[in-house]
Amino acid sequence: MIEWAVITDNLPEYAAGLWLTLQLTFLSLCAGLLLAIPLAVLRSSGPSAVSRMVWAYTYFFRGTPMLVQLLLIYYGLGQFEWIQARWAEGNPLWLVLREPYGCALITFTLNTCAYTTEIIAGALRTTPHGEIEAALACGMSRLTMIRRILVPGALRRALPAYSNEAIFMLHGTAIASTVTLVDITGAARNAYSQHFAPFEAFIFAGLIYLCITFALVGLFRLAERRWLSHLQPRKATATRQ
Amino acid sequence: MIRKILLLAGLVLAGQGALAKDWDQIRFATEGAYPPFNVTAPDGSVQGFDVDIANALCAEMKAKCSWVKQEWDGMIPALMSRKFDAIAASMSITAERRKKVDFTDKYYATPLALVARKGSPLKPDLTALKGKRIGVQRGTVADNFAGRFWADHGVELVRYAKQEEAYLDLATGRIDATWVDALEADAGFLTKPAGQDYDFSGSKIYGRNADEKAVIGEGVGIAVRKRDTELRDKLNKALAAIRANGTYEQIRKKYFPHDIYGE
Repeated sequence: MIEWAVITDNLPEYAAGLWLTLQLTFLSLCAGLLLAIPLAVLRSSGPSAVSRMVWAYTYFFRGTPMLVQLLLIYYGLGQFEWIQARWAEGNPLWLVLREPYGCALITFTLNTCAYTTEIIAGALRTTPHGEIEAALACGMSRLTMIRRILVPGALRRALPAYSNEAIFMLHGTAIASTVTLVDITGAARNAYSQHFAPFEAFIFAGLIYLCITFALVGLFRLAERRWLSHLQPRKATATRQ
Repeated sequence: MIRKILLLAGLVLAGQGALAKDWDQIRFATEGAYPPFNVTAPDGSVQGFDVDIANALCAEMKAKCSWVKQEWDGMIPALMSRKFDAIAASMSITAERRKKVDFTDKYYATPLALVARKGSPLKPDLTALKGKRIGVQRGTVADNFAGRFWADHGVELVRYAKQEEAYLDLATGRIDATWVDALEADAGFLTKPAGQDYDFSGSKIYGRNADEKAVIGEGVGIAVRKRDTELRDKLNKALAAIRANGTYEQIRKKYFPHDIYGE
């Protein structure tokens, strides 16, 4: 008793939704990662005011649901007359916050950046002492050491944990549909309300997410083989005759 | 001892089954976010025109009614999966919904209207709406209408889970207008402080041709599962009775100054 029409009628909408989901996921992951690297260095730089400020930021974004953050930014900010006045002026910087796309992208970026900062900061703290001593012995300055030794090593060790974050982020973008964006989940909700057939509408959405997750896992496996091979279990070198 | 308990439990369950068949107890569902038809009171209970009418029907049928709150876009699937027995949530009787559920006779009828900032030149015409962003509540008659006649002709539809969210975005200027049930807009937004800068834009639409009438439907009824014809008939009889004995008019006056039943 599967109504295929639910899926076939809405195929173009699902396709457009897939494109939007991919955009939101990859743009927020890229922006989040780029911001997270300097923040992680500051976060793990020892007890200081800056480190505590970064901690407060990651604590807020990891301690509240992403849905609440999105509703705060989308509906919450629009409530203030000061913001509405900026929108009326047509200031492009503030108009980003008027568009659901901009609100979703900012929320997702801030959220994934908070998690990624903690992941990389954790990896930075586990840098082997020997590497740091060697860098100091070579006469590297602090900045050179961060650039050449600390960050590359930490990024490698953070890869497995970061692959989970990327998958969580993909699934997290589903809440974009609560602020009128038609991503994969939004397309499913539209199909569902037109045909009153939740199973077909959502199982198809689920299958699309499953495929993207599969591709993501594959990409991260390739990345780990490339950059993390020195930590993989070693293959037997001698073959038995 | 265990046997006795099982026997007792069996009797209780059998008793409940028998009661349900006689429709002494009816579980109604409503949304609780569609003023003044159904709203959630601060204590979490539901109130409004839909709720009062359904409760009056229950009193007429001498049945005990309970209320369930259900999100709008899951309303019909939840009815079909027996989460409750009837929907009293301002649901318009349309051909599309009739494929899945059965309806009682209408208990009111209402036109669709465009709500925009006062003095807006918008009207519910394709030429006037081209290139505009129009907010609708997903899965409503307004959504079906706009999706059918406007969406493919250059009108940008923005779909919301709740009508209240569309009003919020109208106020922030994210949408140019919202296309909505006129009675709901009047009582739920335009007569409230938040809606003081807004008004109906253009005329109200009951359906200007056969196509539009088919989408807008024949009024608002209570939805029941198709197999529950007995419940539908009982509700229809009770509806006729409260229309005849003045109870309906009493409830209507509480919410609306003018007749909303239609001809």
